[in-house]
Formats: sequence, C-alpha cells, structure tokens
Amino acid sequence: MENLLDIFVKSIFIDNMIFAYFLGMCSYLAVSKTVKTSMGLGLAVVFVLGITVPVNYLIENYLLQEGALTWLSPGLADVDLGFLSFIIFIAVIASMVQLVEMVIDKFAPTLYASLGIFLPLIAVNCSILGGSLFMQERAYNNIAEASVFGLGSGVGWLLAIVGIAAIREKIRYSNVPAPLRRLGITFIITGLMGIAFMSFMGIKL
Amino acid sequence: MSDREPLFSPKNRRLITNPLGQDNPITVQVLGICSALAVTVKLKPSVVMALSVVAVMAAANVIISLLRKTVPNRIRIIVQLVVIAALVILVDQVLKAFVYDVSKQLSVFVGLIITNCIIMGRLEAFALGNKVWPSFLDGIGNAAGYGVILVVVGFVRELFGSGTLWGYQVIPDSWYAEAGGVYVNNGMFILPPMALITVGIIIWIQRSRNKDLIDVS
Repeated sequence: MENLLDIFVKSIFIDNMIFAYFLGMCSYLAVSKTVKTSMGLGLAVVFVLGITVPVNYLIENYLLQEGALTWLSPGLADVDLGFLSFIIFIAVIASMVQLVEMVIDKFAPTLYASLGIFLPLIAVNCSILGGSLFMQERAYNNIAEASVFGLGSGVGWLLAIVGIAAIREKIRYSNVPAPLRRLGITFIITGLMGIAFMSFMGIKL
Repeated sequence: MSDREPLFSPKNRRLITNPLGQDNPITVQVLGICSALAVTVKLKPSVVMALSVVAVMAAANVIISLLRKTVPNRIRIIVQLVVIAALVILVDQVLKAFVYDVSKQLSVFVGLIITNCIIMGRLEAFALGNKVWPSFLDGIGNAAGYGVILVVVGFVRELFGSGTLWGYQVIPDSWYAEAGGVYVNNGMFILPPMALITVGIIIWIQRSRNKDLIDVS
C-alpha cells in the first residue's frame, strides 16, 4: 500500500511528464490558452493514461516479453516479441481511445460533450505512449503498480497544463517584449515551473 | 512529362532551406517538442536523435507519398502510424546494434519518435498531397530543421553544464575552482528545465532578428 502511494506521488511530482520529460508538449503548448479547455484535455489524459498503461502492462507481460508466452505452451519459452512493442502499444492506444470515446458517448453524454473534441487528439499525445514505454522500462511488479503509475502521470500532466493555462490567462495583461510574446514566454515560464517542481526531488516517502 | 523540372529547382531547394530558418518546425511551427528536449543534455545523443528523426521522416514521407492515391481517407491516420512505427522499430534495432550506450541514454525517446507531432504533421500537410521527390526533400528539410535546434541546445547544455563537448573536456582543468581557477560548471544546465529556457531564448533571438515571426495579438 505504501509502495503504491509512493509511486503515485512520485509520478505526479518528481517524474512529472511535462517538467521532467517534456512529454505531451505539443498539446500542452497549443491548448493551454484558457483554464477551462486545458482542464478538459487534462481530464481526458488522466482517463486515457489510467486505462492504456494497465492494458499495455498486461500485453507486455503476457504476450511480448521474453518467455511471456509460456502460459500458452512451454515450448514458447524462448520466444521474445519485445521488438514489436512500439507498434502494438500505439495500436492499443489508438483503439483504446476510439473505444473509450464510444463508451463515454453512450453512457455519459455530458462528459462526452466536455471531453469529446479532445479525445481523438490524445491518440498522438506523446505522454500516453510515453507512459506505456516508461512502464515497460521500469518493469513494475504488478498491475496495481502500473495503473497507479498511469493515473499519477496523468494527474501530473493535468496539474501542469492547468497551472500554465492560469499563468497565461494572467500574463495577457503584462508587457512582455514583443519577440518573446506567446511562445517564447510560455517556454520560459514552463522552465521556471519545472525548477519549482524540482524542489520535490529530495522527498522520500 | 515533357518539361521535367530539374531535381534541385529553386522551388525544391526552398523545401530544404525554409524549415532550417523562417519555417523551423520547433521554433515556428511548434511541432515535435515532445521528444526533443529531454535528450539534449549531451551533444552526442542529440546528434544521434537528430539523425534518427531524419531517417524516419524522409522514409515515412516517401512511403506515404507513394501510397497517397491508394489509402482511403478515413483510415489514413492508422496507416501513417503503422508506417512510422515500423520505421521506428528499424531505427531502434539499428541503434541497439551499433551504438548501444547512446541507445540506453535515449531510452524511451526513440520509441516516442512515433508520436512526434512533426512527423505526423508533415505527412498530413505535405506527403499526402505531393509527389515523391518533393516529399523526400520536405522530410529531410523539416527533420534537419528539428535536428539543428536539438544540436544547438545539446551543444549549449553540454558546454555549460559539464564543460565537455562530445564527451571531450573543452574547459581547461586549470580554470576550475579545484585547481585554483574561478570557473564552476553550471549544474542547472544539466537539469531538464534549462532545456526549455534555452529554447525560449533561441526563439527570442530568432524573432528579434526576423520581425515577421512575431505574434501579433
């Protein structure tokens, strides 16, 4: 239990998708103009990361890893399909996003109305594939850890995009040097926020 | 095709030179930042990453341009993803075979070339509507424009952060505080946030030299 909490807090604050790994920067820069839309996109990312990371965890451990196919027959013990992981992960993500979109549309139309336009965008958001690849690299022990990691990364991304959107709403009234306006200043503010987030680094739970 | 245009006509040359400067994918189009910045702590991984992106992007542009008349519009995204993913797997295996240490440093970021927005962006915007040769040039040009920024950021961060370039020490030993000098490496440059700030400054310099690029709003 403590271990799960540790992974959760770590993936939100220390290994933050945006400030530590720059994942999902494209949509982060493009959609962070108002707090409301960035909240919608952030929630959609939490949702999709929370689903795709555990699904890809199962695929990785029961299909792709070396020796993962032994549950089918012991003769397959030395089959290693690891090189297929990129293509499988991206296919899973694209189809999960489609599936999630249809399910939400059917059962929660109000949520669909608020997330709707962002969901298809997410299939090519780097932070989603990044979540799955980090899960593969860090080799979590069980599916609970993988899901907690996925959710935590999503929440970290949500925090970052809502934070920058709020700052950008305020900064519209400041006198930024013309060449630095919009894009340039957003980069620099993100850097400064990243430095602030780094102060969490020493925390040991 | 009676009047074939020469392979390097001015129009084709612009496909390569524009993305290097006034139409740069990172600083102007704001695409492909996702996987770009985390690999730029040192010069060597930045160069390897830039070359991988050049290879993937040129090949993907050519393949999609060849397929552009046969792929139905509705499934084009999936087709593009599959093409890119297959190419990235190739690059990943080559890197693992020949430069294993760099491949370890790049870790997940080679895989993330798949979702690099710039590749998808160029496929959608250019390769789907153009012939093979211009698409190839466009791929090379945009990937090179991306690579240039990567290499510049890598150069700055390695020089100031660790006092080395390509792993070789360039700041003389006698400058350092331990040997009686006054120089200290700026540890900030090794940390991720400085990559963002470096890019911010590159954007600042580029836009103050070229006033057309300034956002008016």
